[in-house]
Amino acid sequence: MTATPLSQIRNFSIIAHIDHGKSTLADRLIQACGALTEREMKAQVLDSMELEQERGITIKAQTVRLTYPAKDGKTYILNLMDTPGHVDFAYEVSRSLAACEGSLLVVDASQGVEAQTLANVYQAIDANHEIVPVLNKVDLPAADVERVRAQIEEVIGIPADDAVEVSAKTGLNIEGVLDALVTRLPAPKGDRDAPLQALLVDSWYDPYLGVIILIRVMNGTVKRGDRIRMMQAGSTYHVDQVGVFLPKMTNVDELGPGEMGYINAAIKTVADVAVGDTITLDRHPAPAALAGFKPSIPVVWCGLFPVDADDFEKLRESLGKLRLNDASFHFEAETSAALGFGFRCGFLGLLHLEIIQERLSREFDLNLIATAPSVVYKMTMTDGTKEDLHNPADMPDIGKIASIEEPWIKATILVQDEYLGAVLTLCSERRGVQLDLTYVGNRAMAVYKLPLNEVVFDFYDRLKSLTRGYASFDYHMDGYEESDLVRISILVNQEPVDALAFVAHRTVAENRGRAICAKLKDLIPRQLFKIAIQAAIGSRVIARETIGAMSKDVTAKCYGGDISRKRKLLEKQKEGKKRMRQFGKVEIPQSAFLAALKMD
Amino acid sequence: MHWPFCLAKCPYCDFNSHVRDVIPQARFRDALRRELAHDAARLGRRPLRSIFFGGGTPSLMDPATVAALIDDATHFFDPAADLEITLEANPTSVEQQKLAAFRSAGINRLSLGVQSLDETALKTLGREHSASQAIAALETARSLFERISFDLIYARPEQSCVSWEKELTQALDLASDHLSLYQLTIETGTVFEGRHRKGEIILPDEDLAAELYELTGQVAARFGLLPYEVSNYARPGEESRHNLVYWRYQDYLGIGPGAHGRITLGEALLATRRHRAPEIWAERVEARESGSTSEVALEPEERAREALLMGLRLAEGIEEHRFAARTGRPLDSCLDSDILGAALEEEYLQRRDGRLTATAAGRLRLEALLGALVL
Repeated sequence: MTATPLSQIRNFSIIAHIDHGKSTLADRLIQACGALTEREMKAQVLDSMELEQERGITIKAQTVRLTYPAKDGKTYILNLMDTPGHVDFAYEVSRSLAACEGSLLVVDASQGVEAQTLANVYQAIDANHEIVPVLNKVDLPAADVERVRAQIEEVIGIPADDAVEVSAKTGLNIEGVLDALVTRLPAPKGDRDAPLQALLVDSWYDPYLGVIILIRVMNGTVKRGDRIRMMQAGSTYHVDQVGVFLPKMTNVDELGPGEMGYINAAIKTVADVAVGDTITLDRHPAPAALAGFKPSIPVVWCGLFPVDADDFEKLRESLGKLRLNDASFHFEAETSAALGFGFRCGFLGLLHLEIIQERLSREFDLNLIATAPSVVYKMTMTDGTKEDLHNPADMPDIGKIASIEEPWIKATILVQDEYLGAVLTLCSERRGVQLDLTYVGNRAMAVYKLPLNEVVFDFYDRLKSLTRGYASFDYHMDGYEESDLVRISILVNQEPVDALAFVAHRTVAENRGRAICAKLKDLIPRQLFKIAIQAAIGSRVIARETIGAMSKDVTAKCYGGDISRKRKLLEKQKEGKKRMRQFGKVEIPQSAFLAALKMD
Repeated sequence: MHWPFCLAKCPYCDFNSHVRDVIPQARFRDALRRELAHDAARLGRRPLRSIFFGGGTPSLMDPATVAALIDDATHFFDPAADLEITLEANPTSVEQQKLAAFRSAGINRLSLGVQSLDETALKTLGREHSASQAIAALETARSLFERISFDLIYARPEQSCVSWEKELTQALDLASDHLSLYQLTIETGTVFEGRHRKGEIILPDEDLAAELYELTGQVAARFGLLPYEVSNYARPGEESRHNLVYWRYQDYLGIGPGAHGRITLGEALLATRRHRAPEIWAERVEARESGSTSEVALEPEERAREALLMGLRLAEGIEEHRFAARTGRPLDSCLDSDILGAALEEEYLQRRDGRLTATAAGRLRLEALLGALVL
């Protein structure tokens, strides 16, 4: 492969809301450029993870290099960088966008602009992208091209009169998209002869090849045999292979300016490489790294515990394997009196949490209990020291805390007018502060500042049910603020259940405490003795419920022939009890924890 | 003595019972006698206080077989003057005609499997007799035996307190000094289990079951019958002496297919078991005089658990010094002291005069109580 002139390279990403057809469009582009035969095309080539295909979302960025003979007679290299659509992966999105010069903004012509689209398109604008609006699903009877066109101009503020109208599903006007990429996006800039500067866009663990890193070369070239250096991490590696995705991995001699591709350099785990780092040559290093490196920080934490205590080691191994592929989540061993041995895990957001949990159960066949997600609080102690609080159970006595800050988010919610009232009520119940409220056609766009801990509680589920799934929601972190926060302990027969402790604002503490007590009352089966369930702030009980004693469980018949069997049953029952979580005289079945931790 | 044959398998029953076109009477008479003789020789002379013919349906036995086994037993052991000999019988008309012969064979206590006095319920329970046949059998039995008992099954699907009170009162009017009143339970491997799983049989919930149980005690008390065990009610002095042996965790010899025993031999307390399958059991007896499949010496902990799970079923409870002598362990060392304290406080248990007793409230929750209490 000879070096392609910069003028014949286009690097682009696709921005779209879930279900607006991003992956389908990507597949069409791949097909139109003949990268894969009909037979090789399985639906949605780029979303290769089982979970990604099922949920219709992209978790890891992927890339594909397309060859397109344009109308001007020249053959162009089109590098498609697929980006995760969800805010939890905002950092990955920003890395992906930094690797491109332009974006296709795909909007469903029957649905219109969604909150998530907005967040990502603003990121693309921040990254100086040229944006080409693409109206998808124009073949649907419900499509309203003119309305959506107006919406794009009004809400996003970019011209949309030359938006490309397509149907990715039927293949209508795919040529128009390819043509727009060539004619409307700028070619990348770069200097072949300068020292190597390549952006580390992504990395993942391949069981056969080890860690593969995805790069965008800005200046210079990289080839097999080079010794590369990670400018932030300082580590160096010998390059075994360089190549591109067609979309199958294909080795090439070198990657030059404007190009995207992979490097295989015998790196052991993805934790060794930081997305956003700059790669240069060890012998001719660039004078400066590329801008924009920042590590991703977990904002939501929860405990993960194996249902079967014997699975602890398996959980440790599985988390280690997942981390090979996802350096953005953190885990450390944790012991809970209620749930036994497990791990405290940090995630980029709720979806990230859900995805990791689901991958653990699917790919590693683990049956897990997750404690309620918690955010990271910043505490200033009375002695002046500062501490981060990841786990409500670890919250010190209130007397030792001088002040405590909680993280806030800025949330954008798009919703049909008829549901707006319910959404506004929900936001104010959750201590939200309205920043903006505008109308776009029959839809309202509400921008709220909300405490993240109110959102991790059950906000998203409530929002979905209040709006019959029509609301679209997106958020980004918006700093910390001091707050009147208390820890609510849940006590079973006077003993605190660490796994159920939570932090809440004082104004909502009582309601939450009552709700959990009521729920536990339904979930814990009646036992030999009556059970007191209490919610308390410090030593002050704010809610209580009592589960009465069981009324009857004796078996009717027991004669001489039954003794051995009954004794063995008793012994088995005692064995089983070791697996139960014992609170004084009370046994709490795992299922009760599980259900109590599922907020609804 | 276990007689393993029945005319039909009742859909709720998980006992060791088998249906055969023709019951091999002679073969099983001989085998039972041989196994008894073999075990008696091994045990040596001991006091004999009770004999119980259970099943299966022992009233399907040839009365001559019953007579022969009673003769053998009283010959091998030292019978008490008030030797209690019970036979379980079904109240069909055929069996009714045999009752006099059983009386002549030496049976002095009859236990009738009436189960219900409600025709529909009898059909649901798969019984081979009608309510009127049961009443007729009871009347015959009363004229022949000084002691009779009968079984009823309650807490049946859709049974209310009102209908049970009526049925039980009718039963007690027919007179009896002893009743076994069982709540219907769904046992694994039975026809009812399948129907229950499919939702065709819905049992009363825990609270109604408890209410029915309490009602049962009240109605029985009106007729002078007291609950001396979880499901057994008797006029004082009319308790089943044989069954008390099980609950008091004393020695008993089990003969016949599937029979269990607890036998002291030297220092050891043996748990004995005989093969469940009638024909295989018989073959073994024919080959080597015993149908035994296992014989295990019980450890002190195992003895303690067995003594507790049986003894706390009794209204009289457990006598502490007898418990220690039988199991080799002091009672307190076998109990979780926290649970014991809580159960005494809650009045599930009582401890006085050297006895530990489950109260009526404790007996109702005995499985959970034992599960928590017993170490």
